[in-house]
Amino acid sequence: MTYLRDAAALARKDLLLELRGKETVPAMVLFVVAVFVAFRFALPQEQEQAAGGLLWVAIVLTALLGLVRAFVPEREQRVLDALVLAPCDRSAIWLGKALSVLAFLLVAEAAALPLFAAFFEPVDAATVGAVLLADVGLCAVGALLAAMAVAGRAREVLLPLLFLPLAVPVVIGGVGATVTDDPARYLGFLALYDAIFAILAWATFEYVVTE
Amino acid sequence: MIAARGLSKRYGTKRVFEGLDLDVPAGGFVLVTGPNGSGKTTLLRLVAGLAAPTAGELEVAADRGRIGFLAHEPLVYRELSALQNLDLYGRLYHVPERRERIGMLLERFGLWESRREPVASFSRGMQQRLALCRALLHGPDLLLLDEPFNALDGAGAALLDGELAALAGRTFLVATHDPVRLRPLATATLALA
Repeated sequence: MTYLRDAAALARKDLLLELRGKETVPAMVLFVVAVFVAFRFALPQEQEQAAGGLLWVAIVLTALLGLVRAFVPEREQRVLDALVLAPCDRSAIWLGKALSVLAFLLVAEAAALPLFAAFFEPVDAATVGAVLLADVGLCAVGALLAAMAVAGRAREVLLPLLFLPLAVPVVIGGVGATVTDDPARYLGFLALYDAIFAILAWATFEYVVTE
Repeated sequence: MIAARGLSKRYGTKRVFEGLDLDVPAGGFVLVTGPNGSGKTTLLRLVAGLAAPTAGELEVAADRGRIGFLAHEPLVYRELSALQNLDLYGRLYHVPERRERIGMLLERFGLWESRREPVASFSRGMQQRLALCRALLHGPDLLLLDEPFNALDGAGAALLDGELAALAGRTFLVATHDPVRLRPLATATLALA
């Protein structure tokens, strides 16, 4: 319980920072809306099947946008030093960050999915389930990679290079769950991805934030 | 409390210090002096566990939750208020009676009136006072202070003098360019070249 309370305190801090700064969520919402509007006119009418892929690429890139900014407050003030010194389990820093980015992504998707349904095709329960599962995996692995990238010099370049290859299975699982008549297999695949990468990120985060 | 033998630190090919021996007994107040770049900050970061030595042995007989660390930067979120920052650290350090303790520190360091303002609006001296509140919040046994009088005005410096005297019995490792001020409290001095 203490572990979850620590993670919740850290996630709450990120929500407070966002409420004060309003830098990340508006950018994510505007980005995903702009992508759908652009592709509404760019995709030929008969290419409806491509819309499923578009949804997933948009979700991955929107998550990336949130992740790029995830550790900016900690980097700018070297606050990560103080968080690492706190007696809480260091993986709570990862969990708190993953939870806050997940919250930001859910807000962006709450605006994006109705727009996607209006522009392209209806969003069924399987797609919503796949989006939720994908969000968990993207934020779990993304928060770890964002912490790795923030320590490097070319951090803006490094994060996409690390994150996008690891997001490919999410796109595969998400598109599969969206277009197939039997989405259970793909939902299971996304759940497995979540479990594997959440455990990996939880177990390795300490080594990322300490020298 | 702190014992180091043959401690060395390099960043790539750059040598910071080499073969350093250090003993800080419990209750000791050790000053670390030396010119810029001599490794004062690096030594404090090694003792805090924020960096690893390149060679040598370092033992610190305090859990990281019992260490109070004052760095060059205040290590607080600029967009949050003083109250929100201290509340976060109070939660992470599981400080009992958190709100009362935070209120008492903010009062004592003259930040109570500004407690709801974002730290970004604070002067450098006010940020240093807040950083001291953060470092002392959990009542640490070992205090690692890097230039604690930095940016403090006369009143702030006098306040800190009183705080340090009141904390006698705790263990201190203090990096400073102004050893004269702290000499009455010091039990030993380590001069880095």
